[in-house]
Amino acid sequence: MMNWDMTDEEKLLKVSADNFFREKLPLNHLRRLRDSQDQVGFARDTWQEMAALGWTGILIREEFGGMDFGFRGLGLIMAAAGPHLSSTPLLSTVACASFLIQNVGNKTQKDSLLPLVASGESIICVAHDEGRQHGDHSIELSARSLASGFLLNGRKTMVLDAGLADHILVLARSHAESLELHGLSWFLVPKDTPGIQWEQFRLVDGRPATHIVFKNVELKASALLGTLGEAGSSYEEMRNAASVSLAAEMLGSATAAFEMTLAYLKERKQFGVAIGSFQALQHRMAWMYSELEVARSVVQRALVAMDEKSADATILASLAKGKLSDLFPHVAAEAIQLHGGIGMTDEHNIGFFLKRSRIHAELFGNASFHRDRYARALGF
Amino acid sequence: MHEDFRQSVRQWLHDNCPPSMRTPMVEEEEVWGGNTQEFPNPESKIWLQRMADKGWTAPEWPKVYGGGGLSPQEALVVKEEMQKIGCRSPLISFGIWMLGPVLLQYGNEQQKKQHLPKIIRGEIRWCQGYSEPEAGSDLASLATRAELLGEHFVINGSKVWTSYADESDWIFCLVRTDPAAGKQQGISFMLIDMNQAAVKAEPIRLISGASPFCEVFFKDAKTHQDNLIGRLNGGWQIAKALLNHERQAISEIGKKADELPLDIYAKQKIGTHDGRLTDRAFRDRIAAYLMDQQAFQLTIERETALQKSGHSPGAASSMFKLYGTELNKRKYELMMEAAGFDGLVWEGAGEEQDQQATRDWLRSKGNSIEGGTSEIQLNVIAKRVLGLP
Repeated sequence: MMNWDMTDEEKLLKVSADNFFREKLPLNHLRRLRDSQDQVGFARDTWQEMAALGWTGILIREEFGGMDFGFRGLGLIMAAAGPHLSSTPLLSTVACASFLIQNVGNKTQKDSLLPLVASGESIICVAHDEGRQHGDHSIELSARSLASGFLLNGRKTMVLDAGLADHILVLARSHAESLELHGLSWFLVPKDTPGIQWEQFRLVDGRPATHIVFKNVELKASALLGTLGEAGSSYEEMRNAASVSLAAEMLGSATAAFEMTLAYLKERKQFGVAIGSFQALQHRMAWMYSELEVARSVVQRALVAMDEKSADATILASLAKGKLSDLFPHVAAEAIQLHGGIGMTDEHNIGFFLKRSRIHAELFGNASFHRDRYARALGF
Repeated sequence: MHEDFRQSVRQWLHDNCPPSMRTPMVEEEEVWGGNTQEFPNPESKIWLQRMADKGWTAPEWPKVYGGGGLSPQEALVVKEEMQKIGCRSPLISFGIWMLGPVLLQYGNEQQKKQHLPKIIRGEIRWCQGYSEPEAGSDLASLATRAELLGEHFVINGSKVWTSYADESDWIFCLVRTDPAAGKQQGISFMLIDMNQAAVKAEPIRLISGASPFCEVFFKDAKTHQDNLIGRLNGGWQIAKALLNHERQAISEIGKKADELPLDIYAKQKIGTHDGRLTDRAFRDRIAAYLMDQQAFQLTIERETALQKSGHSPGAASSMFKLYGTELNKRKYELMMEAAGFDGLVWEGAGEEQDQQATRDWLRSKGNSIEGGTSEIQLNVIAKRVLGLP
């Protein structure tokens, strides 16, 4: 039986995370980021503060300088960031990179990189997607073996947090004839390696993102992370890690959009009464409330499954990301409708939730992707 | 300590659960108790007696009334161990689901002693007299009248949608005891013996062909004033508490242990290619349903755990009732779609499994009406949980 209640430690973490994001990275921060055309997307000193709180090393074991609090802990932090649409490299550097390096890295890689991630000095972005959507078919960036190491050629899309990253975690096809998740390998590429080109652009919510072109990028043999050609299973695990972490954040965001809307329905008057007194609107809110409650159970359970390395971690991760990839965009769209005209204005913050919901729904697999993955895991 | 208890439960079940009681339930062998109960399989009688002797038909009720006296954690262990070896439920009972919890909370000592042991042993079968022909969603407008004459209440009126009234021994009823008071203030909760000529139950045939519900008529029916639960005109509060238990029970209706899961049924009917259902669009909708179903089960698990640590159920039961019943309707729509033409047969051709699915599909439409419609649940959530005006 899983413990559904928070431990005292978790309660403390939640309080400090809630306070941190409210004070340091409120929603207006995202607005300023957009308005100032910021090229980085987050502030280095804020990241250092998060490191000082132990959050950058929250998945990292103590022997490598981490806090080893697991996904339950990371989930609380992501969920606290969600309501403010705070933008940080938690997903790339913590949920993906630190998780992967700790799982498949060799001793040298773990000894050298994990303490730097934990201390906040190293930020690692993840370059895995190539096609128009997250999926397994499209990974074609090639890694050819050389006597001295490897040669990368290809293009990666939709890389977040590249701005301050010192390393790029690259998923490449090291076995040319292979398909889907077979014949893939991970490489840790220092950012200043010759042959890398950056194509910066801005996402719909104002955050910067990058496409990365690799043109005859020569790597030392030591850049390989994990076993050559065997990245498929660790990619699946990382996909689980990213999915549950994102789902936790999306739940936090969706809940905030719902609560903003609820407050508005109580305050906005038309026909001489609060519009929240109309049954047509009440029923929509009651349905959303129920869906959010159900999603909350899923996210909590999926985070625990990651910590337990449970056999149904994949099923639960896809359940969580699949549900939230439908629910968050739905709640955000309903929030706009229920706000009426004011919800369409740039001045009001609710629009940022709609924009963010679309982005997070697509990252690491949208709702259809995860329904397919869930069905496959159940065998039908 | 906990492991010892689990071990002793396992041993007891091993020694006491008859072999045929470890096979999936068949409808004819369900045990609902009461005077009309027959036992086509004699082992179901033995199983009921043994479980009732332990008090495990109501594991968490106090021992003094014949219950198991177990803690919630221990009761869960019993449930889990029963599931492990596929034990049938020894007794299906509205007395246990609905009336018992209310008697424990609101009944006086005499009432508890009189009724709880008989519920636990399955000696008396109870039905619920709530809805009336003119009081459905607006339950508080009920008009069945009870007047105190001497030591007895005299009851006149009728109840409708009373499950299995034609097979029940007693009925717990909401009645109007003060017509002058406000709608919700003049209602009382009382127990009435149905074994009297002044009470008649007539079955109602449903679209599914079955008749699980009755209309019940009271014509100068009598019940002793000691059968009033709680105070006179204080029945509405009890009614709401009972509805919470009922809603939680209905919300779990989708979980029939012996039923074919939707994905397996669809695979049988539609076929697979490379292990996937050939109809990709349909497969996507089945996955969406199964995900919601799993999400809902996790939510029941979370809520149960939170309630045990002192969190009150309250309006949460409305959420469960709403979500569980809407989900169940969705499941049967998908079952029908998987069955295709096979699901259109009423009788005379095809498989019993498909015909049962068709009947269950029809019956499922009532889930979001009985015990308060989905729309009423949405109202409750909006007002009591979200605080909307």
